[in-house]
Amino acid sequence: MTAVDTAPLVPSFDAPEGSGRKLAIICSKGNLDMAYPGLILANAAVGEGVETHLFFTFWGFDIITKATMADLKFSFVGNTAMHPPGHSGLGVHHMLGALPGATTAATMLMKKQLADLDVPEVPEFLDLLVGSGAHLWACRMSADMNHLTADDLHEGVEGIISAGDFIELTEGAQLLFI
Amino acid sequence: MTTTTIAGHPVDVNDEGFLTDPQQWSEDLAPELARLAGLSLTEDHWRLIRFLREDHAARGETPTLRRVATATGTPVKELFALFPGKPAKKMAYVSGLPKPKGCV
Repeated sequence: MTAVDTAPLVPSFDAPEGSGRKLAIICSKGNLDMAYPGLILANAAVGEGVETHLFFTFWGFDIITKATMADLKFSFVGNTAMHPPGHSGLGVHHMLGALPGATTAATMLMKKQLADLDVPEVPEFLDLLVGSGAHLWACRMSADMNHLTADDLHEGVEGIISAGDFIELTEGAQLLFI
Repeated sequence: MTTTTIAGHPVDVNDEGFLTDPQQWSEDLAPELARLAGLSLTEDHWRLIRFLREDHAARGETPTLRRVATATGTPVKELFALFPGKPAKKMAYVSGLPKPKGCV
C-alpha cells in the first residue's frame, strides 16, 4: 500500500552528541580475534556520531603497541572457537591446535578472510578510528608492567592514563568490556 | 512504502526516509536532499556523491565509509568534516542510495 506524504520524510540525522551518547570500550585481550570486535564496534559507533573511547589494558595493550600491533595471532589453544575461521562445521581437536605451525596457519587464514572483506589490518584500523574521531587511551598499569612509554605506542593514542582517569572521562558512557 | 515529494519530484522512500529506487534520483534532487540532511553541497561533496553513484551502479551496494575513503583517496577525517555526525548515512542519503550494509 502506498501512502502519499506532502512533507518530505527525512531520516533522523541528529547527531547523538546532542543526546550525550557516549561509548566506552575496554579492550583487555590481544588475540587477533579479540582485537577486532572492539575496533569494529568502535568504528560503527563513531560513524553514528557517538563519542567513542577505547581503553587498552592488559593483553589488549598489544593492540596499540607498535612492536606487536601488526602481528596479533589467532590461536585454537585456549580459544572458545574450536574451528578454523570460515569453517564452522569443522572441529579441530585442541591438541592439534597446539602443534607447531597451527597458530601461524590459523592466523593467516583469519587475516585473509578479513582482507577479503576489506577490513584493514590493526595499525591501519587504528588510523581509521583516529581519523574518525575515536579516542584511544593506554592503561598506565599495563605500560608500567611492560616497561613501555608513549613512544612505543600507536601515534593516535591520546595518553597513558589510570583506570580511574578512564572511568572519570567516560562518565555516563555505555560500556563494553572485551 | 511511502511516496514523498522532494524538490518537486515524487520519490519512493523507506520508513526511515531513504530513497528505495536509485533510478528516481537525479542531480537536481541532491541539493534538496543535502539541505534536509543539514548540508550545503560544495564541489568536494559532489566528487564523493558521483563516486557513490558510480560505485553503487557497478557493485550493487552502497560503499562503506572506508571504501569511499580508500577508493577516492579522501582522508576519513575529511569525510567527517564534509558530512558531520553520520557521514556514511548522510552520503548515502544525498546520493539517493540505501544505507551501507558493510560493517567496516
